[in-house]
Amino acid sequence: MTFFGWATIAIFALVLTACAYPLGRYMARVYGGEGVFLTPLLGRPEAWLYRIFRVDPRAEQDWKAYARSLIVFSLVGWLLLYVVLRTQTLWEFTGLNPLHYHSATWDVTFNTTSSFLTNTNWQYYSGETTMSYFSQMAGLTVQNWLSAGVGIVVAVALVRGIVGRSGKSLGNFWQDVVRTVLYVLAPISIVGALILVSQGVIDNFSSYLTAHTVTGLTQTIAMGPVASQEAIKLLGTNGGGFFNVNSAHPFENPTGFTNFFEMLLVLIIPAALIFMYGRMTGNRRQGYAIYGAVMLMFLGAVAVAYVAEAHGSPAQHAAGLHTHVIAGSGGGNMEGKEQRFGIAGSALFDVITTVTSCGAVNSAIESYTGIGGAVPMANLSASEVIFGGVGTGLYSILLYVLLAVFIGGLMVGRTPEWLGKKLEVREIKLAGLGILITPLAALFCTAMATATNAGRESISKVAAGGPQAFSETFYAYLSQANNNGSAFAGYTGYIQPAAGNLGAHGVKLADVLGGSTMMLARYAPILFALAVAGALAGKRVSPAGLGTMRTDNPTFVVLLIGVIVIVGALTFFPALLLGPIVQGLTGHLY
Amino acid sequence: MSAEHTMGEAQARGRRAGRRPLRHDVVTAVIAMLVFTLLLGIVYPLAIEGVSQVAFPGNANGQPIYRDGTLVGSKIIGQAFESPRWFHSRPSATEGGPDNAAASTFSNLGPNSKLTREADEEQINEYLKLNEPYDKGLTVAKIPVDAVNSSASGLDPQISEANARIQAHRIAALRHLSLARVDSLIAKYTSARGLGFSGEPGVNVLELNLAIDRATTR
Repeated sequence: MTFFGWATIAIFALVLTACAYPLGRYMARVYGGEGVFLTPLLGRPEAWLYRIFRVDPRAEQDWKAYARSLIVFSLVGWLLLYVVLRTQTLWEFTGLNPLHYHSATWDVTFNTTSSFLTNTNWQYYSGETTMSYFSQMAGLTVQNWLSAGVGIVVAVALVRGIVGRSGKSLGNFWQDVVRTVLYVLAPISIVGALILVSQGVIDNFSSYLTAHTVTGLTQTIAMGPVASQEAIKLLGTNGGGFFNVNSAHPFENPTGFTNFFEMLLVLIIPAALIFMYGRMTGNRRQGYAIYGAVMLMFLGAVAVAYVAEAHGSPAQHAAGLHTHVIAGSGGGNMEGKEQRFGIAGSALFDVITTVTSCGAVNSAIESYTGIGGAVPMANLSASEVIFGGVGTGLYSILLYVLLAVFIGGLMVGRTPEWLGKKLEVREIKLAGLGILITPLAALFCTAMATATNAGRESISKVAAGGPQAFSETFYAYLSQANNNGSAFAGYTGYIQPAAGNLGAHGVKLADVLGGSTMMLARYAPILFALAVAGALAGKRVSPAGLGTMRTDNPTFVVLLIGVIVIVGALTFFPALLLGPIVQGLTGHLY
Repeated sequence: MSAEHTMGEAQARGRRAGRRPLRHDVVTAVIAMLVFTLLLGIVYPLAIEGVSQVAFPGNANGQPIYRDGTLVGSKIIGQAFESPRWFHSRPSATEGGPDNAAASTFSNLGPNSKLTREADEEQINEYLKLNEPYDKGLTVAKIPVDAVNSSASGLDPQISEANARIQAHRIAALRHLSLARVDSLIAKYTSARGLGFSGEPGVNVLELNLAIDRATTR
């Protein structure tokens, strides 16, 4: 551990808060229909889009209409992406398939399509050996934007339901998506992409370069339109790398500065949404309470991961390596980490992308120490509520808030009230289902994949025969069910003898089970969240009385953290014990 | 919908919108997907590419390095150097040999794996065999971890300063340069932490080796 390591973590938390606060105010104005500084520029294009889409943006939708538009939009998006990915050779005429790659097989494409639609961006394929530039742009990049947009609008709709005082309306889905893309994602993504290029992220349509090295070897260097995808990949908490090694690749993340900037891109919207929530409820302290709770859990996770990785791994120590800091070297577990990020820059990035649904990685999580690897798994076990994905994080934690209010109400023996609205059986049931479906899916799939030969096919050779084999499997389904997308990357779902997909085949159980899980664990909670919004929207608001439990003070922060930790721990502790915790507690090598 | 709540204006509108036929949603969704694909999947990447090629052509094209008119590599992509006459990059787990920049990959070696220990031991022995003759007193305890553990991308362009200073003894001896000269070149190609605090300093191996070549031929 170094001074600079801890400084990075502290500065990051401060800069994040400083950026997210004004963005939250801005987003509250955007979704409240008020003018913002970009309105003069974007008002016209916004109106054109409504006309082209043939929608009346002022037509209010109740939760069922809102949900139906969302589902139809997602289904059409799924079909289009699947077709684009499966017809890779058809688009050769664009010149955007310079290496003449064929399409990947149906099974892995099913997985990939579901993955990008659901903001998961789990990748069984490797970008530079599978995808043409056209697929990356017109297929994957598009869903990097839209899956983020869909997540955000659900959160906005839920907040409208919570605070709504006039009937059943949650707003208009099409209007919310258009505004999210134009006013929130586009400006940050365009500026972000250009900042990334200015620091060394590549962006071109060249064929792969062939270098003749000074030692007499040749080196083929993958190219591509990386920066445009990189910016939205992070900003939308997508996380699907242009290259196989994701943000560890020097062309995706070339310096210590870009690493810091990329981490900021990942967390800025999830953090801003919490402040936005506070403003939309009319009581900013509601937002501060949630922000405080998730920031505490986040910093705790970062500290554990940093300490564990700085300590080094049993394998290193068995080989005789000394892992402490020496002059000119940061020490620690550098297996699967890049020199320019070091231990702190890797551990912080890892925690940021696993508390959110981003799942980008700048280091190999599979090579993390047992405890270092248990941290991302614990983050995932908390079901995307510690900041969480764009939108998903906010609507998920609001379901937990509802649960915490309910439990608090039981403890004091009063009908629970939240922001003046009485909570009744229907909302609690819906919220409970919304919270439980993801862990259920994760555990069910892990059991399926561990118990069957077809499932065990995916386990990597380096992990076989020890607790790491279980960790790999568990992580795969935990990540896919939570729509995260980070991986113990040895876990295999696509076998590719050579670049370009000829002769390649998918591991069918892994591809299909994973793909279905991502869809289920994305859309079921969305429907439950919208149903909760619908149930709350029509409720009368009564003024707070003496006995009303406050949801904007430190007591509630503690209660909320307690509920999240207890639900997560009760659900996942046994599974965590079998994998990473065993690895973390023993010095034994397998 | 229950009727127990007051029917506001918004609710009335909501009911009207709710009756919008499914067909309309499908038509809108198809149009929206096509338009978004055009805007976000074609126009946006082309625009970023266009601006990047004009404003930052070197970066956008991967910071290629040419020597005597030949492309010898990218400044930010690691390369394998086998001969002891050059500084060595970090271990790399890419397929088809180390530092395969057409197929980046992790080693995925686990923290409690015997394979990891074996890989570490193999790298340690190689590093000692290579450097100990020139840096007497070098032991396993003094080897910086980055010299032995494989990088994440398999394409790490950098090594730690400590790693470079150890290898400097070997390079100085084999290239008939003074240690001070080699050390000053190391310092020249060491990049600082981002913004002064983010990440770790690192030495760019390819640039350093090219500089060593220049220093030797002169």
